[in-house]
Amino acid sequence: MAAPLTLLLLVAVTVRAALFRSCLTELIAERVEVVSPLTAWKRGKGAPAAFSGGVVLTPLIIYLFHFLVDYAEVTFMLADVITAVALYMAVADYNKQVFRKQKYALEADRYPLDCLELIRSPKEMYYIPLKVAMFYLLNPFTILCCVAKSTCGLNNAIIALFILTTIKGSVLLSAIFLSLATYQSIYPLTLCAPALLYLMQRQYIPVNFRRFSFWWFIAQYAFMYLGSLFVLVCLSFFLLGSWDYLPSVYGFILSVPDLTPNIGLFWYFFAEMFEHFRLFFLCVFQINVFFYTIPLSVKLKEHPVFLIFMQLAVISIFKSYPTVGDIALYMAFIPVWNHLHRFLRNIFLVSCVLLACSALFPVLWHLWIYAGSANSNFYYAITLLFNVRNFPCNRTNTKLRRRRKETREAEAVSRTERRHASGTSFRFLQLSYAKQTELH
Amino acid sequence: MAARRRLVSALLVFLCASSVFSGAESQEATLTGGHRAAAVDDPPTDTERAEQAAEQPAVEERRWEATEVEEATPDEAAGEKQDTSAPGTAAPSSAPQPKDDFQEELVVRPLHSGDIYASFQFRTLWETDFTRENKVSHYRLFPKSLGQVISKFSVRELHISFTQGYWRTMQWGQPFLPSPPGAELWVWFQDSVTDVDGTWKELTNVLSGIFCASLNFIDSTNTVQPSASFKPLGIGNEATDHRFLRYATLPREIVCTENLTPWKKLLPCGSKAGLAVLLKSEKLFHSSFHSQAVHIRPVCEDRQCKTTSWELRQTLNVVFDLYTSGQGKREWSLFKMFSRTLTEACPLASSSKIYIDVTDNPQGEQFELSPATALLSQAVVLGDRRTFSVYDLTQQITFGSVRSLNLLIRWKSTEGDMLRPLLHAERYVAGYGLQTGEIHTLMYNNHPYRSFPVLLLDSVPWYLRLYIHTLTVTSKGKDNKPSYIHYQPSKDRLRPHLLEMLVQLPPNSVTEVTVQFERALLKWTEYTPDPNHGFYVGSSVISSLVPSIVAMDTNSTLKRPLFSSFFPCKEESSFFVRIYTEPLLVNLPTPDFSMPYNVICLTCTVVAVGYGSLYNLLTRSFQIEEPSPGLAKRIANIIRKMRGVPPL
Repeated sequence: MAAPLTLLLLVAVTVRAALFRSCLTELIAERVEVVSPLTAWKRGKGAPAAFSGGVVLTPLIIYLFHFLVDYAEVTFMLADVITAVALYMAVADYNKQVFRKQKYALEADRYPLDCLELIRSPKEMYYIPLKVAMFYLLNPFTILCCVAKSTCGLNNAIIALFILTTIKGSVLLSAIFLSLATYQSIYPLTLCAPALLYLMQRQYIPVNFRRFSFWWFIAQYAFMYLGSLFVLVCLSFFLLGSWDYLPSVYGFILSVPDLTPNIGLFWYFFAEMFEHFRLFFLCVFQINVFFYTIPLSVKLKEHPVFLIFMQLAVISIFKSYPTVGDIALYMAFIPVWNHLHRFLRNIFLVSCVLLACSALFPVLWHLWIYAGSANSNFYYAITLLFNVRNFPCNRTNTKLRRRRKETREAEAVSRTERRHASGTSFRFLQLSYAKQTELH
Repeated sequence: MAARRRLVSALLVFLCASSVFSGAESQEATLTGGHRAAAVDDPPTDTERAEQAAEQPAVEERRWEATEVEEATPDEAAGEKQDTSAPGTAAPSSAPQPKDDFQEELVVRPLHSGDIYASFQFRTLWETDFTRENKVSHYRLFPKSLGQVISKFSVRELHISFTQGYWRTMQWGQPFLPSPPGAELWVWFQDSVTDVDGTWKELTNVLSGIFCASLNFIDSTNTVQPSASFKPLGIGNEATDHRFLRYATLPREIVCTENLTPWKKLLPCGSKAGLAVLLKSEKLFHSSFHSQAVHIRPVCEDRQCKTTSWELRQTLNVVFDLYTSGQGKREWSLFKMFSRTLTEACPLASSSKIYIDVTDNPQGEQFELSPATALLSQAVVLGDRRTFSVYDLTQQITFGSVRSLNLLIRWKSTEGDMLRPLLHAERYVAGYGLQTGEIHTLMYNNHPYRSFPVLLLDSVPWYLRLYIHTLTVTSKGKDNKPSYIHYQPSKDRLRPHLLEMLVQLPPNSVTEVTVQFERALLKWTEYTPDPNHGFYVGSSVISSLVPSIVAMDTNSTLKRPLFSSFFPCKEESSFFVRIYTEPLLVNLPTPDFSMPYNVICLTCTVVAVGYGSLYNLLTRSFQIEEPSPGLAKRIANIIRKMRGVPPL
């Protein structure tokens, strides 16, 4: 399995290196879809060591830039590679668990006949981690992000490491990486819910508010998380000698003062907002990211990894300065749920819109900014369409959920029925599972 | 003509001889105490003219009293320490002088382009102390409105200028008093001021009322604190903590009659008498350049600086265009320029003079000046020794038999070469599109063999996001590293970028400073009423000590014409120059201003779609439902129901 991954990494690095050497680098680095004010390397490079405002990168990133300014390309390629490998390992581990669960379920004969199609064959699962790594590394969005030296790539690496450590069950590392991700941009804070759910599931702690063990675990995790966050914040303070960066960075994320166009919903909305409603709508829009965590966690508490995926999608849509790099991260997870693709609605339409939007972003940007023959509404229309496209992705998940629920209910309904009907294909699956177990 | 030639040669000879003794002569002159002594008492006869002309510089010099001991040096480029020791010995000017003094002066300089440059200067000196405990309440010559401003806001120095048009250095040479297009205000506060920003805010609002200008638009987004470029020009510049300095420009400010009228009201004679009768707005604003300024600073009254007085200098510079106002004829007169002639000096003025620059016209071959005057004066101004014809308005004889003075300049030839200004700068925005751009500042050193340092100050509004790491300084194709850079990054909607640097300009070279920027998209309420016109970026300020061709007059105790004594100089070999580049007009991307409701509705719809789909997902409960039966079966069931049989 290592060989294809190595090959993939080589291909990915070659593509990036080739693009770094080409004349496209400058062009890509200026694309507003790829870099936001929060992730632009150009801003970090110009940042003075003394943090006196005007800079919206976190101090640690700025110091990283100071040391790595000559090795920036390598750093960003490395970040992508780390992300891919982390995702690969995380998904491989997760698949192993899914496999085990499925195996027990199959042996206990708990699956109804009609959900046969939802059960993944070991052969399918074998290639999923590689597909995930491939989806991330060869996604044009990721490549653009890397070539533009958007710090989004670094953030993605941190989040990927967080996912890996969570899935591996390491509570401390998970908390540390989560705090790093939060420190970089506030939004990954919502990922603590799936992480907690997953870790508790793994340690067989019931999610029950009346149980002491539940609260004790949450307290432990919160302690580790807040502790490492505290360390990071203090480290930044000692590096800069002032607290200026706190309002400068986090105030910037939350209050959206920079209205540079991007692929998100915020820029045009707040450019056109009436001044006295500004605060209200700011709260409404920012709440969107955090608010969905609670109902989603309640609903998906059995499926924390899926919850992570959902949260990443929600963040990438509702964050104040989204870039295509954020979308690339959650798109990398799509192969994990490829057995559910039959429940996706409008899959053709959605992918067409994605392609069309990706093509139209630069075209309409050019018409507005350079040719002067279009105005801001054109670009805004495309961002709207792009975001509408993102929601059907969620809706597909609705379908998926429905199916899962169905599965569970079907279990109850047709348990007796199931006993009699053990179709040949079902039997075959069981056999192949048995074989696979031996291999494992 | 022969007489004139003799005159000039005699004058040159005299200068060589007298330069050695001038210091002694001036002392001697001051000791006589004849500061109001008439330069010429009788109309000179033709035969005496040459000798009298030869005497003239001495006479003129004699009349310049030693009132100012040591004015503050302007900001020197290198930020050297200033020596406050006054040269020379004591010059007691203890004569029973009035405590306040008013002088007025008009300099006319014909320019080679055929345009004409007129510079008015009015100076009020008042030996008082606005900062002391008991309030100054009795005002004579000094305008009360400004005096109250000084004492209320603890102002140490105040410089304000309103300018319409851009001074074309390459065509017109250096102005006596530089100013950027639009409004410029810079103020030094006393060290006792605690809340400088609050005081500054109040002060701008008060000045806005006094001058009828939009100075109230000065706020933190266009105010900077230059660290080196603007040093106090008056006394007491040893404690130059730039926390007490505020500098702001409004490049878009339009100057018109409503600014001129309050400015004229500050003069002791108003516009009733003296040179100020010439200031008629219908002519002044029909010109290619117009600049009016007020400078307030403390100056020394004597050499030891025992007593200080406040100097209020009101200046007005105007360049009349040959073609628009001269109707194509190369002929100028006071009446043509100002539609008035002069009939008297301001009775309150201790001196009232008109200087005509005749340096390039020693033989009268360039232009003809009438009525002719025998009075000549020499002054070292802007690194050059210039010769002026002087008309003293305090003398009745100046007005002649018609009781009115109408100076006439009639051009004879169009050739003639202007001395190229040694320092010259221009600026432009490069790049296309509305996303990024690059500011280019070109600084020309036209000196053939001397290099000199210049201080460049750039204040760029926050909505142009400068990438300071793209800053390059090149001269003669090589990288020219600035020896000092002070950069203060902007904060969105709070403060502008401030970039100051000290660059050494090699001789005979062009130095190019480039920096890239990104244009921001603003909120729709932050755009000016005409957003597609663009946004103005104030001029860069270039301050420098330029090597002088002739020895500068460092002895500031000498009484000199007002136009040559504004920027005090402290070394003979160089003189201070401040030049302003063009303001920039930068386009920003604009949102569609007609769309706020649509945008709010559409975006909210999209968010609602997202919310709806998630809500749908979260609240729907799922049921297994039987596949719906076919049509035949349903019909059969209906029939069975009617029959009372259980359905299929």
